[in-house]
Amino acid sequence: MQRFLLSRIAVLIPTFIGVSIVAFAFIRLLPGDPVQMLAGERVVDPARHAAIMQQLGFDRPLVVQYLSYLWGLIQGDFGTSLVTKRGVADEFFTLFPATLELSLCAIIIAVLLGVPAGVFAAVKRGSWFDQSVMGAALVGYSMPIFWWGLLLIILFSGVLQWTPVSGRISLLYYFPQVTGFMLIDSLLSGQKGAFGSAVSHLILPSIVLATIPLAVIARQTRSAMLEVLGEDYVRTAKAKGLSRGRVIGIHALRNALIPVVTTIGLQVGVMMAGAILTESIFSWPGIGKWMIDSVFRRDYPVVQGGLILIAMIIMVVNLAVDLLYGVINPRVRAG
Amino acid sequence: MNSLTRLFAATALTLALGSAASAKTLVYCSEASPEGFDPALYTAGTTFDAASRTVYNRLVEFKHGSTETEPGLAESWEISDDGKEYTFKLRPDVKFQTTDFFTPTRTLNADDVIYSFERQLKSDNPWNQYVPGTSWEYASGMGFPDLITSIEKVDDMTVKFVLARPEAPFLADLAMDFASIMSKEYADKLKADGQEAMLNQQPLGTGPFQFVAYQPDAVIRYKANPDYYKGKQPIDDLIFAITTDASVRVQKLKANECQIFPYPNAADVESLKSDSNLEVMEQEGLNVAYMAYNTTQAPFDKVEVRKALNMAINKQAIIDAVFQGAAVPAKNPIPPTMWSYNNEIKDDPYDPEKSKQMLKDAGVTDLSMKIWAMPVSRPYMLNARRAAELMQADLAKVGVKAEIVSYEWGEYLEKSKAKDRDGAAMLGWTGDNGDPDNFLDTLLGCDAVGGNNRAQWCDKEFDDLVKKAKATDDQAERTKLYEQAQVVFKEKAPWLTIDHSKVFMPMQKSVKGFVQDPLGYHRFDDVDIEQ
Repeated sequence: MQRFLLSRIAVLIPTFIGVSIVAFAFIRLLPGDPVQMLAGERVVDPARHAAIMQQLGFDRPLVVQYLSYLWGLIQGDFGTSLVTKRGVADEFFTLFPATLELSLCAIIIAVLLGVPAGVFAAVKRGSWFDQSVMGAALVGYSMPIFWWGLLLIILFSGVLQWTPVSGRISLLYYFPQVTGFMLIDSLLSGQKGAFGSAVSHLILPSIVLATIPLAVIARQTRSAMLEVLGEDYVRTAKAKGLSRGRVIGIHALRNALIPVVTTIGLQVGVMMAGAILTESIFSWPGIGKWMIDSVFRRDYPVVQGGLILIAMIIMVVNLAVDLLYGVINPRVRAG
Repeated sequence: MNSLTRLFAATALTLALGSAASAKTLVYCSEASPEGFDPALYTAGTTFDAASRTVYNRLVEFKHGSTETEPGLAESWEISDDGKEYTFKLRPDVKFQTTDFFTPTRTLNADDVIYSFERQLKSDNPWNQYVPGTSWEYASGMGFPDLITSIEKVDDMTVKFVLARPEAPFLADLAMDFASIMSKEYADKLKADGQEAMLNQQPLGTGPFQFVAYQPDAVIRYKANPDYYKGKQPIDDLIFAITTDASVRVQKLKANECQIFPYPNAADVESLKSDSNLEVMEQEGLNVAYMAYNTTQAPFDKVEVRKALNMAINKQAIIDAVFQGAAVPAKNPIPPTMWSYNNEIKDDPYDPEKSKQMLKDAGVTDLSMKIWAMPVSRPYMLNARRAAELMQADLAKVGVKAEIVSYEWGEYLEKSKAKDRDGAAMLGWTGDNGDPDNFLDTLLGCDAVGGNNRAQWCDKEFDDLVKKAKATDDQAERTKLYEQAQVVFKEKAPWLTIDHSKVFMPMQKSVKGFVQDPLGYHRFDDVDIEQ
């Protein structure tokens, strides 16, 4: 197990370097630089432009810039935003809990609904339930997030007035951020109604963010289950006279879970992409919105630092998924 | 016992309602996050709304709802005869805000003014690089380090600015956001604590509202400054709920989650107007959209050709298609809300037949040209691509073949400056300080060729008028000169002036006293809310 863990971690190092190069190069490939973008229509005098670029260190050869950036990263320095002038890591971790809270709720919804829906669809293959689950999954998977979010807002917040339109909590509540998780902070604040308000603000964005992963997980679970249900050992288990619940729940599902867990792990990356749009619609102050703004401002340190931090999180999640395989299927450990 | 309980409950309820009613809160759904809270570091209107127009004051202020200036922290001033010395008498007993993070011990004095400017002007000032890489965008962009020779403290309440040359727009410049007056005492304390960066995170000034807290990308909270020199504001709490999506802002307003918001989508304006709980204010923005011919390249170096092309294009059709009517056709390079706007000028009429004839007379046949269309939506031009397509169709009618080109925004701005640019470039401008100089000289002056002057147009007659207007501070005289400059502009037609867009401000009817600002600010001083 230890060797398995070490080999997995060793793979992360070149991945990390690769990500840092991509992140560094990506934003610089876009035409326009931060000084120009900040000025907009206003023309910056070329001499002043050069002076500012020099001050920021952007006049040095790219390789030198990259190496000095990498050296900073190794020391845990992610740089400073050109716009807000605050530390990138500091900004990231201020906003990240909001994204994490939203993503966790979304993934919980996606798994709690997606896995059972996929299992039942597989067991009742060809039934109207299967057909409608797969139909809904196809619609969900193809859903344009932006449109879907607005539709839900107009219906549930506008017409029915069941949920608030956007934000994380009603503006009536004001308390200091302790953990950054609104559900926890609202409880800690002791203010009456705060927790309920936080929950009601989470409902729509979680549903929107969960939509695509839910569809993918349901489809993946169904196909994995179908494959497993056709296996000899499942037939043997049935022949032994085991109850239907036992055959499906223990023998089939456990084996079907490996590709499903992989999918869930991969959905974390998808989730980060979805969070960008979802956060924009629901004015959710997370890292998605923050990254988008920074790309438009050509805020190099934020874009590269943000990408690397997100990539690191995805790498850690994937590592956790790899380790989970080992728990689900001991054969993986030996490999 | 039972009745006692009831009495108690009723009392508690009354008290609760009483206290709820006593705190008046206005929620403004702002369109983006501020970049920071030190206005001198930035150029975005969003930042100015959040920092300078709430927390700070300036020596000179823009009158509410106007581009004219009035005394602010300076109660009076004198300008020397040569126009190079401005002596400001400061308003006495102006208190800085008392907040959770700082308690001032003295009132405003000359040191605060000198500190506020010198940090931007002198590279050896200890605050010049309090955030590394700071370029003081506006102060340097407007040439302040060269313009201002010195700032002297005459006495505690008198400050003298000495300029290198006369500069008529100087007073208007001082009403701009980067000229906000900070507390030197607060800055000194931050420095002593090694907390300089907080100046950009926890602002403290003399303005109508004081800063309470900012949750990044979510909420900014202010409360009324009880010591404001013009008296406490009618509302107690002001909240900016940052809501980047315009459609979501509409929903939030309808749900009364906010009471007022800026920049609705043009398509939403009608439905907002028809809602009986809402009011939609509108005003022409301080902007212009134009298409600049490259006047150095044939055949666009000929006035007749430019005039003919201008007459080929149906501006009203563009406004209807792109703005759904939320704009007015432009005939001058400055917007109608700006002083010295010359309303006597007649626009070139839309007349394809005459246009064709003029092109023929000028000996231009089989003309093909490029139209540059911005890749982004700007306040003065929501959809440049669409506008370019309409122009293309109009030009085809007079026998001109137009090709539409576009580049990524940063590249577009850069390439469109080139002196040998091929084609006519669409662009626009939003005014900074309400002074006509900020349009006429900045965009059309000879100095700006190869830069902001996208028409590469250097006309001696026009340039002399504008330069002369800059050197005098007699507003009547300046008005005359600018009016004349607009006549020259129209005769020579370096641009196709397209439109001035309207700015809409939807709000709940309970919001009272909001005034739309021609400079595009969203100010909440003197705003009240009925409960």
